[in-house]
Amino acid sequence: MFDVNKIRQDFWMLQGKTNEGKPLIYLDNGATTLKPNCVIEMINDYYKKFTSNIQRSDYQLAYQVDEAYQKAREVVADFINCQSREVVFTYGATHGLNQVAYGYGLKNLSKNDEILITVAEHASNTLPWYRLAQITGAKVKFIPLDDKGRLTLENVKKMLNEKVKIVSIAHVTNVLGYCSDIKEISKAVHEVGGILVVDGAQSVPHIKTDVKDLDCDFLVFSGHKMCGPTAIGVMYGKYHLLEKMEPLMLGGGMNSRFDASFNVLLKEAPHKFEAGTPNIEAVLGLKAAIQYLQAIGMDNITRYEVQLRKYAISEMKKLDNVIIYNSDADVGIISFNIIDKDKILFGHDVSTYLSKHGLCLRSGNHCAKNLWQHLGTDSTVRCALYFYNTKQEIDKLIEVLKTTTLENCIDAVI
Amino acid sequence: MDSVKDNPILKREIIMDHYQNPRNYNLVDDNNYRQIHMYLDSCFDDIYLQVLINHDIIEDVRFDGVACAIATASTSIMTEIVKGCSIRQADKIIQNYFDMLNQKDYDEKLLKEAIVFDTLGRQANRIKCATIGWKGLKKLIDKNKNDKE
Ligand SMILES: Cc1ncc(COP(=O)(O)O)c(C=O)c1O
Repeated sequence: MFDVNKIRQDFWMLQGKTNEGKPLIYLDNGATTLKPNCVIEMINDYYKKFTSNIQRSDYQLAYQVDEAYQKAREVVADFINCQSREVVFTYGATHGLNQVAYGYGLKNLSKNDEILITVAEHASNTLPWYRLAQITGAKVKFIPLDDKGRLTLENVKKMLNEKVKIVSIAHVTNVLGYCSDIKEISKAVHEVGGILVVDGAQSVPHIKTDVKDLDCDFLVFSGHKMCGPTAIGVMYGKYHLLEKMEPLMLGGGMNSRFDASFNVLLKEAPHKFEAGTPNIEAVLGLKAAIQYLQAIGMDNITRYEVQLRKYAISEMKKLDNVIIYNSDADVGIISFNIIDKDKILFGHDVSTYLSKHGLCLRSGNHCAKNLWQHLGTDSTVRCALYFYNTKQEIDKLIEVLKTTTLENCIDAVI
Repeated sequence: MDSVKDNPILKREIIMDHYQNPRNYNLVDDNNYRQIHMYLDSCFDDIYLQVLINHDIIEDVRFDGVACAIATASTSIMTEIVKGCSIRQADKIIQNYFDMLNQKDYDEKLLKEAIVFDTLGRQANRIKCATIGWKGLKKLIDKNKNDKE
């Protein structure tokens, strides 16, 4: 049984914490999520009880940590349904996308090849491709979105041709929260001989992800958006692709042998991608986070979020000062603006006012600077839900949105 | 200006007025003006500022752009205050404005309507908005000095 009140007990941040003196209502889960106590305790335990480096078996303690680290890989593999050797630990989705762009792209792309993305992509799924194109002479092209900002299979197909080597898209976009049909898209991309890279930063935390079923070639995501620590993420890659791919960074832990004649023998994937001492506490924390999400059940999480979002949308629609840009999106992201005196209030003015009431929402362009022409506004306020948010919190948001006027926004700062 | 300082409603009205009807708004196409583009990565404020300096006197200041109420109003108020000032005076006014926001001692008389932001310094996350235009002017003035030396 999904019991949100019981779940909230698992989070220290939800035990009477305040923002500007008001009970904290955290609705910025697209940026990062709160951490359950079990994750925090796991990190503490690493430092309190079993600090040591990995990849050494000289003494018992180090062996234990190494075991725990490798076990984390298995937990991730089980979570997204792949082999554990296909799980590469990264510093986050950004790192994963850069690793794919340079590790795979530099080797496999040449002049006049095409890379397809959309204007709804996050900066980290845009800029590495720009640079890759600059270096290789390949071209970045944008798959058009429909008038709602959604990516359709039909539009993907229109852009596909044998020059397309890489298609890189978000499973769920971070401003609009639309979920793309990855399974069908990957079929189409493979038909022309390209590979499909999926940015799962906003999907993996919210919906059950099965890379076998999706048949994507790479999937990246970040731990901190799914109850895990910051600066830890995962790059999944089909093993035969990982084998052919170059690591971004070289150093300790990723090589088997090297000598003074410049002979270097790298370890096999995934280890060749993990140079240097990794973020061990965070790998262990991510493992705890995944186990926590699995215990609740990803399907329960999705179902609850969809319900809560429906409720929020229906309540927001009753207000005549709110414009919603993605009423029919698939997961818990709501992008909106407030109108007062026939003018859209600037997002930052709105979020400062909301903060006075304990509400944490982010305003701005949410790192998707290419999207705004499409939406016809410069920025939005984003309410991003997670499974620990409640109807009561939505009610509070609605109550405060009703009173969001230019006057009140200004009073909030002076 | 004591009456403004203690009158939140009047303060708000002044800010709203400058936000809704910004002064010295719109740029001019004139090479005698120096221009600077100021933007905040954190919240999307994005303005262009122009200044015309003649014999060390600020003859005109103009701005344009997309910005929040605080950034727009604070820049609009600034343009009115410094227009006609000498560069030295303007420097002093800018310094006093920054001192006010940093909650240090400052000379109220120099700041005229900008006094509406006297308590904004308590809202640390909005200081950047309230200073974007002012920092732009400071940069333009400094550049003018350097070019002359
Ligand atoms: C869709 C999407 N991709 C990538 C990222 C980047 O994630 P990180 O900053 O954790 O690397 C984000 C984070 O906001 C995101 O929303």
